[in-house]
Amino acid sequence: MSVQPTAIELPAELRESGRLRSLVALYLATMRMAIQEQFQYRAANYFYMLGMVAEPVIYLVVWTTIAEQQGGSVQGLSAGYFAAYYIVWTLVRNMNIVFGAPYWEHRIREGELNKDLLRPVLPLHYDIAYFAGWKFVVILFWIPLAVGLSLVFDPTLDPRAFEIVVFAVAIWGAYLLRTMLQESLGMLCFWTTRGAAIFDLYMTTELLLSGRLVPLPLMPDWVQDIAQFLPFQYAFFFPIESLVGDLSNAELLRGLAAQILWILIGLAIFRFLWRRAIKRYSAVGG
Amino acid sequence: MDHAVHVAELRKTFDVPEREAGLRASAKSLIRRRTTEVKAVDAISFDIAPGEVVGFLGPNGAGKTTTLKMLSGLLYPTDGDATVLGHVPSKRERDFLRRITLVMGNRNQLQWDLPALDSYELNRAIYRIPREDFVPTRDELIELLDVEDIVRKPVRQLSLGERMKVEIIGSLLHRPQVLFLDEPTIGLDVTMQKRIRSFVADYNQRHGATVLLTSHYMADVEALCQRVIVIHHGRILFDGRLAELASTFTAHKTIEVALENGAADLSAYGEITYRDGDVVTLRVPKVETARVTARLLAEQEVLDLNVEDPPIEDVIELVFAQERPE
Repeated sequence: MSVQPTAIELPAELRESGRLRSLVALYLATMRMAIQEQFQYRAANYFYMLGMVAEPVIYLVVWTTIAEQQGGSVQGLSAGYFAAYYIVWTLVRNMNIVFGAPYWEHRIREGELNKDLLRPVLPLHYDIAYFAGWKFVVILFWIPLAVGLSLVFDPTLDPRAFEIVVFAVAIWGAYLLRTMLQESLGMLCFWTTRGAAIFDLYMTTELLLSGRLVPLPLMPDWVQDIAQFLPFQYAFFFPIESLVGDLSNAELLRGLAAQILWILIGLAIFRFLWRRAIKRYSAVGG
Repeated sequence: MDHAVHVAELRKTFDVPEREAGLRASAKSLIRRRTTEVKAVDAISFDIAPGEVVGFLGPNGAGKTTTLKMLSGLLYPTDGDATVLGHVPSKRERDFLRRITLVMGNRNQLQWDLPALDSYELNRAIYRIPREDFVPTRDELIELLDVEDIVRKPVRQLSLGERMKVEIIGSLLHRPQVLFLDEPTIGLDVTMQKRIRSFVADYNQRHGATVLLTSHYMADVEALCQRVIVIHHGRILFDGRLAELASTFTAHKTIEVALENGAADLSAYGEITYRDGDVVTLRVPKVETARVTARLLAEQEVLDLNVEDPPIEDVIELVFAQERPE
């Protein structure tokens, strides 16, 4: 069989849907696919969630014990507050799981970025949409865990309707904010093949300044001062506090505004680095 | 547009870290890292007309895949120019990426745990294909490759050949006008190779698509490509019709002769490369072919005689083993 070069005229281009409508369709299709994939691994997901509960339960037991030894509270935070804080923590922590910086190393070294780069869409969109889809599965699996923890630890939780609304927005803000930070950090992988040391430094800083290890009010004043000027607490402490704490409406709105600001800063950093990083890509592997 | 693909003095070099084996060399590399510049692609130039199917041949490490990656926008060239459908690939414009595809035979681009149909839906969203165009295109491709049942199974449960077929469909849903195919039949059995080949030929004829194909299977190249570009050590050794490759690179012809008397000694006519009963294959210098043929016919009792260029595999092997003769 031999093929003659055919007509010089190129085939008519496939039509294209409207850009915004198509972007929404991309997000929906990717999220749907992520949900389908995660449902295939429901047992693994449950064990993963159970493993994830271990960390806050340890914190919770420690702080509850300290609170009880100190007459019922630590620096004005009651045992019931700690219970509520760390139960909500489990959800916020799960919302904080994003396409992490270390995975960029894998993506580059294994050549997986090749397939992403062939697509006429920024890989960031795909990452955001895929992990957002996963979150719906996480939330579904979290509900019975939260009920179980509440029965055991008796949290003090009495949010106002506005706080619930802000919390519902803030957990997605936290997701986007941490995505931007991790994706930007992941760009380092284009310059170094071993970014693990830098990622560890980042994780330690985040652990201390985000409210993940302890509620920020328990940290020394100077640590709280530093944390104010960094994005970490808006991905962790603020969403929890919006539901568990007693923030005024103005404070709640300021928190959401800070999230938006840090998301935009993160996006700008990512785009700046991405444009330079991609020129260094050596497309190893297939 | 005169050319679907235009390449001029295209180069790609990589800085590759290099050190001796052992702890001492390892410690030294901490202080001073030595790198070597590797020229993966060294000033190559060629043009491909719209609708043309071109074979891109070369041994492993010749620069084929690096070239394909530059043309599909994965790699930034170190120097030189390349345009595909009028776009500069390294700019990775959306309109460019919607009009090309790169199929790599050894890579999986679909979602591993889901049926291919789900990944196709994702591709529809990624390439922003209206549903009324997507459905007929998808169904046509599924029918052409005869994978109606396969596309409903999770990709991880498919055989290599089945996976390749569903991969190809995923790569063509947006009806690309330029196809870069990197070893599309690697690891497949002969039947599956033929199926993929005829599919590529059919797609080329139906849509007038331009195809640049690399393959180590000469059957792929012979079936699909009239023109081949041979690359070696990052440089182009040959660019022309497949039929001309043998005449350019070999100074010999093959004479296959069937004799009445199979025991006759033909070593005086040329180098005997094969003997099977009464049939003898001789390798003779190209310039002496006519004279040797005349002598054979005059001096031996010949039942049948064929003069041919050497098999294309032998020619390619020869090309890879030598630089182009001046």
